[in-house]
Amino acid sequence: MSLSDDVRRYDGGSRVPGWDDAADLTKDPAQVPDPATTPVPAELRAEIEEYLGRYPDRRSAAIPALFAVQKRYGWCTPEGVEQAACVMRLTPGYLMAVATFYDMLETQPVGRNTVYVCTNISCSLHGADDLLARLQTEVGEDPDFNVRGFECLGACDIAPMASVNGVYVGPIAVDEVDDLVAQLRAGDEPLPAKQLRKRKAAGT
Amino acid sequence: MSQQLLFADIDEAGLATIDVYRRRGGYDIAPKALALTPEELVEQLKTSGLRGRGGAGFSMGMKASFMPKGDMDKYLVCNADESEPGTFKDRELMFKNPHALIEGMVIAAYAAGANRAFIFIRGEYAEVADVLEAAVLEARDAGVLGSLSLVVHRGAGAYICGEETALLDSLEGKRGNPRLKPPFPANQGLYQGPTLINNVETLMTIPYILRMGAEEYARIGVDNSTGTKVVSVSGNVQRPGNYEIELGTPSREIIYGLAGGPPEGREVKLWFPGGSSAPVLTKDDLDLPYDFDTMAKAGSMLGSGAIIVVDDSNSVVDVCLKLAQFYRHESCGKCTPCREGTNWTVKMIERIRAGLATPMDLDIMASVCSRIIGNCLCVLGDAMAMPVGSMIEKFRPEFEAYMEDVRLRVGAEPAEIQGAYAEA
Repeated sequence: MSLSDDVRRYDGGSRVPGWDDAADLTKDPAQVPDPATTPVPAELRAEIEEYLGRYPDRRSAAIPALFAVQKRYGWCTPEGVEQAACVMRLTPGYLMAVATFYDMLETQPVGRNTVYVCTNISCSLHGADDLLARLQTEVGEDPDFNVRGFECLGACDIAPMASVNGVYVGPIAVDEVDDLVAQLRAGDEPLPAKQLRKRKAAGT
Repeated sequence: MSQQLLFADIDEAGLATIDVYRRRGGYDIAPKALALTPEELVEQLKTSGLRGRGGAGFSMGMKASFMPKGDMDKYLVCNADESEPGTFKDRELMFKNPHALIEGMVIAAYAAGANRAFIFIRGEYAEVADVLEAAVLEARDAGVLGSLSLVVHRGAGAYICGEETALLDSLEGKRGNPRLKPPFPANQGLYQGPTLINNVETLMTIPYILRMGAEEYARIGVDNSTGTKVVSVSGNVQRPGNYEIELGTPSREIIYGLAGGPPEGREVKLWFPGGSSAPVLTKDDLDLPYDFDTMAKAGSMLGSGAIIVVDDSNSVVDVCLKLAQFYRHESCGKCTPCREGTNWTVKMIERIRAGLATPMDLDIMASVCSRIIGNCLCVLGDAMAMPVGSMIEKFRPEFEAYMEDVRLRVGAEPAEIQGAYAEA
């Protein structure tokens, strides 16, 4: 049996990018970046420092800091991670270890429109797999989009659903996919009538 | 639906603001609770019989009483990493009534002697986290937090972080791997300090308990499962959503009465009573009262209170595959039985679907499951093994018929099947 293709695999079957590259033993091990040689944009520094102030231990700000990097650069770029590491006084390797663990932190370039389609049990009972396939076809090779199947997003009451740039939308009919993609391309609100935040409690 | 506490007027306009919450009697009970001693408060919680609403169903009062006394940094953490498939109650509760959670946390922090509190909310709930952050700011400005520091911390997408020790690691800025227990978080939790961790719904229930009186609250529900529970009903039902029920309500009344049951002409094939980690029940179990002990006696669990209904138009093999894939994806990889066991289970179900399996695979799957259970640091692996095991046990004839059906359709030769085994 071949390795299953719904877990992303890199060369050599590894789940983690870069693991099959041999370490360069002539280089020094990664250190905490030197502030003198690591320029950090002022807003990014201010944002990360604000997060650092929230916690008794600076490492707790790792996820918020990586989100800040991702917001600024589109994904956790090596330069961005280095800048965050510099502000947090950690090694970039430490932050990358955190970034590779979590599904929402991207360690490869992705499109700016993020669409997570829930494909877990309740949504798949309502046709989530067809919805995901239709979305992927509609988007095609458009580099502006990051469409991916996601585990349960906690909105089974609006199955099948998707989180579109952080906004929960559903239930999405397959024939609404063209509208949704067109709205995103135009920079509009995704399916305004189907947004979860406008929904009343069940049975009322 | 005899009694509504958490869901009473949940859709009232502006309930998420402190003004409307106050007008409805909010933040009136916190000062009264803070006038009691922490021991008296914990005693009240024990009297109420409140059991954890996140999945384990452990007595909230007992857990709080495990916190050591004395002057040290103690922490309260609200587990809002609601990721159990089928569960969406905390999302609606926090989004529509965030101040009830904050009031519950102010009281719980006092009972636990904690001076710092965190709400760990899953990163996907960005809209909810925005509402919570605004509510925390309002509460701070209004002075209701007192000396408590309350921080909303967003996760970044990992089911495992709902496990309490993995949550603590994640909150400390590490990869979310579970820790060896003991020591339990009450002794050594966040930043090595004593930590009380509770689910959103549990904490949110506290103000309601104190307002009505612990004895009065204990009269709702049934013996050993007191109070109300917000149940998330989803899957093949006509009115999916959150319903607040009195514990002990017949399951049929929830699935058919409230949620409308499966679509016309269909019937319930199987249902998960407490999220996808709960062993499945069948249509024969629909008349069981929905409470902690009855679900445990039926061989399943009430879990997070998420009922997923699957009707007879679906194949149990497909459901089983979805479920196993989820746990494979979410296994953190720290313990071998879970990391490997979830992966092999998926491969075996895929082999069934490819027409290359024999009934022997079902026994191998069952044995893999039995080798995961109880052999890992946390129960993520168990959470796959138990429902998969229950599906094989209860639907074995369907699995076998499915295998035979696909095998005939694919027309795999015995040699080919043997080859697939050898290759695996």
